Amino acid sequence: MRSTDKSSILKLHPNILLGSKAHLTIVLTIFAQLFFLPFNALAQENTDNAVILEIAPKLSDKKTRNSALEQLIASDAPMSREWLIALLDGVLYLRKSDSLPVFAEKKGKSFKIVNASNGNHEGEAGRREVSKIKINNAIRGKLRAAIASISLKDDDVEVRLQAVKTMTRSLNDSDLAAISEYLPEESDKRVQKAMQLALNLADLSDADDQIIIDAVNAIGINTDDTVTQKLRELSTQTEAPEVANAASESLTVIEKRISLYEKIETLFFGLSLGSVLAMAAIGLAITFGVMGVINMAHGEMIMLGAYTTWAIQTVLPAFIEYSLFIAVPAAFLVAFMVGMIIEILVIRHLYGRPLETLLATFGISLILQQTVRTLISPQNVPVSNPAWMSGLWEIDPALSLAINRVVIFFFCLFIFFTLMWLLKYTNFGLKVRAVSQNRQMARALGAKSGSIDALTFGLGAGIAGVAGVALTQLSNVGPNMGQAYIVDSFMVVVFGGVGNLWGTLLAGLSLGVFNKLLEPWAGAVVAKIVVLVFIIMFIQKYPKGLFPQKGRAAGD
Amino acid sequence: MINVMKGDRGGQILLTLILSAAVVLPCLNIYLPADSPWHVSTYQLTLLGKYLCFALLALSVDLVWGYMGFLTLGHGAFFALGGYAIGMYLMRQVGDRGVYGNPDLPDFMVFLNWEQLPWYWLGFDWFAIAFVAMLFVPGLLAFIFGWFAFRSRVNGVYLSIISQAMTYALMLAFFRNEFGFGGNNGLTDFKELLGFSLSKDSTRVGLFVASALALVVGYLMCRWITASRAGRVVVAIRDAENRARFLGYKVENYQLLVLVVSAMLAGLAGGLYVPQAGIINPGEFSPLNSIEIVIWVAIGGRSTLYGAVFGALLVNFVKSWFTAAFPEFWIFVLGALFVLTTLWLPYGVTGLGKSLSIRKKPTGKEGLPA
Repeated sequence: MRSTDKSSILKLHPNILLGSKAHLTIVLTIFAQLFFLPFNALAQENTDNAVILEIAPKLSDKKTRNSALEQLIASDAPMSREWLIALLDGVLYLRKSDSLPVFAEKKGKSFKIVNASNGNHEGEAGRREVSKIKINNAIRGKLRAAIASISLKDDDVEVRLQAVKTMTRSLNDSDLAAISEYLPEESDKRVQKAMQLALNLADLSDADDQIIIDAVNAIGINTDDTVTQKLRELSTQTEAPEVANAASESLTVIEKRISLYEKIETLFFGLSLGSVLAMAAIGLAITFGVMGVINMAHGEMIMLGAYTTWAIQTVLPAFIEYSLFIAVPAAFLVAFMVGMIIEILVIRHLYGRPLETLLATFGISLILQQTVRTLISPQNVPVSNPAWMSGLWEIDPALSLAINRVVIFFFCLFIFFTLMWLLKYTNFGLKVRAVSQNRQMARALGAKSGSIDALTFGLGAGIAGVAGVALTQLSNVGPNMGQAYIVDSFMVVVFGGVGNLWGTLLAGLSLGVFNKLLEPWAGAVVAKIVVLVFIIMFIQKYPKGLFPQKGRAAGD
Repeated sequence: MINVMKGDRGGQILLTLILSAAVVLPCLNIYLPADSPWHVSTYQLTLLGKYLCFALLALSVDLVWGYMGFLTLGHGAFFALGGYAIGMYLMRQVGDRGVYGNPDLPDFMVFLNWEQLPWYWLGFDWFAIAFVAMLFVPGLLAFIFGWFAFRSRVNGVYLSIISQAMTYALMLAFFRNEFGFGGNNGLTDFKELLGFSLSKDSTRVGLFVASALALVVGYLMCRWITASRAGRVVVAIRDAENRARFLGYKVENYQLLVLVVSAMLAGLAGGLYVPQAGIINPGEFSPLNSIEIVIWVAIGGRSTLYGAVFGALLVNFVKSWFTAAFPEFWIFVLGALFVLTTLWLPYGVTGLGKSLSIRKKPTGKEGLPA
């Protein structure tokens, strides 16, 4: 394929075609095109794409700029959209040596350049070897319109949809003409809807009152910014009372809808924060809730999980998209091992002395933090989001949810139910519950309490590690990150009721929502303080938490 | 009051040392020329003065942890509140000598475009009021905290975590500019205390002597409390709370009393610390600071009082040396101290002999109560 690409450009470059090798090239081209025929729809396209070679130099000349632009817009080359966008973004350059138009990406002091006519990489070029094709504001406006109408013809649905939305924001006659032209051909429902909306919006500016009222009714409930703005204008500035009424009625309904969406959004943010809290606390619910061990190094287990993610992304930079799938088991293993080691070396010797355990594990947390600071860096390390975790999930123009938060919310539920299953339906889980409820009796029945303690502690630590993987997608990864979660996690566990996993989940989620509900009134920090004070008061009133253990599990 | 020192061998030695240091070191500072090998520089004296404040703070923690069994992870809050009270007085003494030269408002308020002094700053022009606030604001906080906690019989680890949450919440609050205590930067750029310039050597020597005396008086008071009948009840509560309750003692009242006294001592320590350190900021509220105090006490040996003082001085000397010589490793050392003392030194350095003799006996399990 490569040879075809190259040669077809050469064909259109008379300057280079001088000399005896030229004929050979053409022959080769034809041969190659025949050879690659099955794949090669590109060959024809490349010929069209080559038009840029001619236009680009003219674009950079002030005298010929306008006509060149017209020519570029009118051209139906497959890549014309990319050119227009590159021109608009200011990344279309000319290589000075041969006036080759290139897409240039700044890389340090030089540019990585890509041939604009066929997408071949042309290596790097110094700052002085290329010159930018400059445009002014008038051209920018033209470019935007041209890009939009070309986009309406695009094969990709998303591109078309985006184009319609861009046009809707500032409608002009040429856009409208383009939209009415392509509406009958449009097959995708969402694009059709967006196009219809654009036409209706245009009708709102019509001179005929009846058309306006019909358009208002046709738009119905739509929370798009452009719609509300237009309706607001209509309801205040129109002389005809029917129009103003129709507009303001419609506006009231829409505003109600928007405020509903805002509430849903707050709830979502609350649940998202709550899922983070719950996830950080679930591991602690095992070590503290089930085993009764105060692990102040719990936050550092989260940190270890996060650093494992960072390490995996650093070692395997090519697999960023899948890094999280590798990181989850890896982080579990790392934190699990560290947890086991801590249990065997320290905690084992302090059972029955919770306050001493607290101090010793605090010392361990200091050591782990400082180890990371010394070995890796005292600064935060970068962890990137895979593409499938980033972006927004747009349910409505007024309601869009961050995809990473949605994923993490379900991931939290996944961890929770896996853990529930593990404790309830496996042999290991049975033993864990037995040892935590009645150590002596469990031992008498043959449970090896020592190794079960180590495994349980490791499990709690491992879950914290997995939580750390999820947290890399929301917050900074640094040596101190665990500290931020330790007080919160304890609060969640205690609030939910020690030894009760359901309580931990519900406490985490409800504290998250509570926090986010308070935030608009009080600001983030005060909201946090209020929540802390609330929990302190709550625990003093109900020391056993929301869902106290009953029966034998209560322990006392 | 001297009677209470009977039978407290470690305390006798410690107080003698501190009192003689309070006499000898200032003399060495004032009367010896600066190039003499025995000369004690003002910097060293101030450093030692700060350590003595930490020792007083450790004493207050030992009172509630060693004698009452409440592992407090929030005593730094009482210390910091005492410090802020004196810091506010020092701030008012600056007058119009601040960067903005505003005679009515401290610099940070001018910076925030505040028109007038918030009501809770009123009265802090007078030392007496600041001194009372230094003792009673921490005392009041301890009273409210203890009133709720002890009455609903929150104890053990829960109590520790709540106390940590308390100082954490205060830290978040004091970090805010709107709170009116200088936010992030705290209070600093102090000029003078009771008319004495803080940059003068003589003032610094005076503060050192005052810290030593406060420590001695604090020690005598703690000793008096723990040796009294009430002190014995408190120890009984630590060892068997329910039994003490069933014997008819009002457990909450004893606990509340000890906590409030301890908080006031911590406030005093903070108040003495701030003029010597020259700054107070919300970092003092951080949970790490509070938990560090606990480790001083644990290393020195708890429920002995003198162990707490010794531990605070020892750890801080080691800390100063380490942070100067190997700054990277201090946190490792601190972390290791936490682990090693809890595992192998349940009675701390001053109780080394005791731990060894108990270890020899087969009944070594009956150590300290948790």
